[in-house]
Amino acid sequence: MTATPGDQINTNQGEASEAERWASLIGGGAMVLMGLKQGSLRGALTALAGGGLIYQGVTKQSTIQQAQEIVGMNKPIKVEKTVTINKSPEELYRYWHDFEKLPTFMKHLKSVKVDNEKRSHWIANAPLGNSVEWDADILEDRENQFISWASVEGADVDNSGFVRFQKAPGDRGTEVKVVLEYNPPGGALAAVFAKLFGEEPEQQIGDDLRRFKMLMEAGEIATTEGQPSGRSH
Amino acid sequence: MKAVCWQSANEVRVETVPDPTILNPRDAIIKITSTAICGSDLHIYGGYIPTVQKGDIIGHEFMGEVVEVGSGVNNLKVGVDAKRLLPGDRVVVPSTIGCGHCNYCRRDMWSLCDNSNPKGWMEEKLYGNITSAIYGYSHLLGGYAGAQAEYIRVPFADVGVVKVPPDLPDEMLLFISDAIPTGYMGAELCDIQPGDTVAVWGCGAVGQFAMISAYMMGAERVIAIDRFPERLEMARKFAKAETINYEDVDAGEALKEMTGGRGPDACIDAVGLEAHGVGLEDFYDQTKQKLRLETDRPHVLRQMMVAARKGGTLSIMGVYGGFVDKMPFGAAINKGLTFRMGQMHGQKYMHRLLNLILDGKLDPSFVVTHQLPLEQAPYGYEIFQQKKDNCIKVVLKP
Repeated sequence: MTATPGDQINTNQGEASEAERWASLIGGGAMVLMGLKQGSLRGALTALAGGGLIYQGVTKQSTIQQAQEIVGMNKPIKVEKTVTINKSPEELYRYWHDFEKLPTFMKHLKSVKVDNEKRSHWIANAPLGNSVEWDADILEDRENQFISWASVEGADVDNSGFVRFQKAPGDRGTEVKVVLEYNPPGGALAAVFAKLFGEEPEQQIGDDLRRFKMLMEAGEIATTEGQPSGRSH
Repeated sequence: MKAVCWQSANEVRVETVPDPTILNPRDAIIKITSTAICGSDLHIYGGYIPTVQKGDIIGHEFMGEVVEVGSGVNNLKVGVDAKRLLPGDRVVVPSTIGCGHCNYCRRDMWSLCDNSNPKGWMEEKLYGNITSAIYGYSHLLGGYAGAQAEYIRVPFADVGVVKVPPDLPDEMLLFISDAIPTGYMGAELCDIQPGDTVAVWGCGAVGQFAMISAYMMGAERVIAIDRFPERLEMARKFAKAETINYEDVDAGEALKEMTGGRGPDACIDAVGLEAHGVGLEDFYDQTKQKLRLETDRPHVLRQMMVAARKGGTLSIMGVYGGFVDKMPFGAAINKGLTFRMGQMHGQKYMHRLLNLILDGKLDPSFVVTHQLPLEQAPYGYEIFQQKKDNCIKVVLKP
């Protein structure tokens, strides 16, 4: 490739600002991952949303976590999964941000209703016709890049998470990373929760992301449900 | 409809099952006119492929007539007169299922499709990534109902069929579905240069088409290796190959002698995980496989690594499922061998191969030794597996 000096400078400037933008986001991501190791995604996300990336935000939360463990609460379940999708960050962000569409590829969700810019109401299918519900607030929303959320006080299942859309190298599309954390509820809901999220939560979010990819790339979700076999009669 | 359903190792049954229906917008339903038993179906029949369940409809090499198309099937990307797919169209369908839109399909690596396997988590755990689904080839590879039936549902039909003209018999066209592109890709992966000698292990349908393709790509000599006289005869007669019966002579030594002490420039494995060897090595593999200490018998792989010339290429088209043992990897590294392999990228080759047939440059019908009604599939599997009645290729007629 040949380039005039002018081109060179422009390219470098472009790269620098792009790199800077990602550095702050990845910095935040690193903070989030550190938060995960410490024990609380929500603390990290809150810190990130605050813009300060304050370490105390994480440790404080993790103290609460330790207290919960002492009184016999289960450890939170954390899952993290990345998939590369052959579409632009803009397209993927736009689809995902329409939360009411999430049940089309997130199998355990029954419905999502958006109340206002920040708040939405989530209903997840639970075994035996039960369902669990919660309200969630968006903590941080960076257009075409990052959305984080957390359930509000009084949720059946306390949960928080983020999704990050990052351009993949070459023309490979977008790397979509999801990190989720569930805090198991106590009492009667605990058993329902265990059935809902307890078995292979990594696989569940992996399957959700694969269905998202199929829908975005192929326009439909591959299935074999409803096909004939020597078992189906 | 009637369909061939797997029951257990070495047992298939023709049963009455519900007809397939359109499940997704890009689906089509095909009435099958011809479907073959592929050599790799024998791995399923024998119980060597994991995650095949009792009742699964098997088979992946087929052609037929479109009876119904989903709302999302338009703008065909592959095939003759590629515009729309309509009921009544005659089509051949590649055995591997590609979505046509992921990074791999777009780069013509259809058997590596990201989106066609709805049960990808299993494969991701075992192989680290998800590859394309294959009709009737275990739940690991998608769990789609197979083609040895009266009807089949074809997903992603807008990119997953090739339209064929009505005036040629099925036997001329059927093998574009699987055996010819597999053999063709096997030869293509060898990157054949003028003067090259190509050795092909296995003289079944894929082996035969690999030999013919190797000549088309400029090979000077093709040497075929097998143990059944009728297969070797077919290789001599139709593929113009020189032959080695590995039960009569040491194939490795013979290859050295035939190539001036160098070894073949390229070696193609058209056998796969049920390879037979001779003597102690064969006993070792057979025993370990039966004890489930290794899943695949790599006899051909070992022999190719030692037989190939220095700097040569190994092209692996035979199917392997899991783990192999006792590989002479020292030979491979020290001799600087190149390994190339994969399930065939059907949609990449089918149009090209159809044109070869239409131009009269290839008549693949010579491989068919048996035509049976679908009801006789259990007998077809038995004679193919046992190599009874000189069986090389069985075509089932639903």
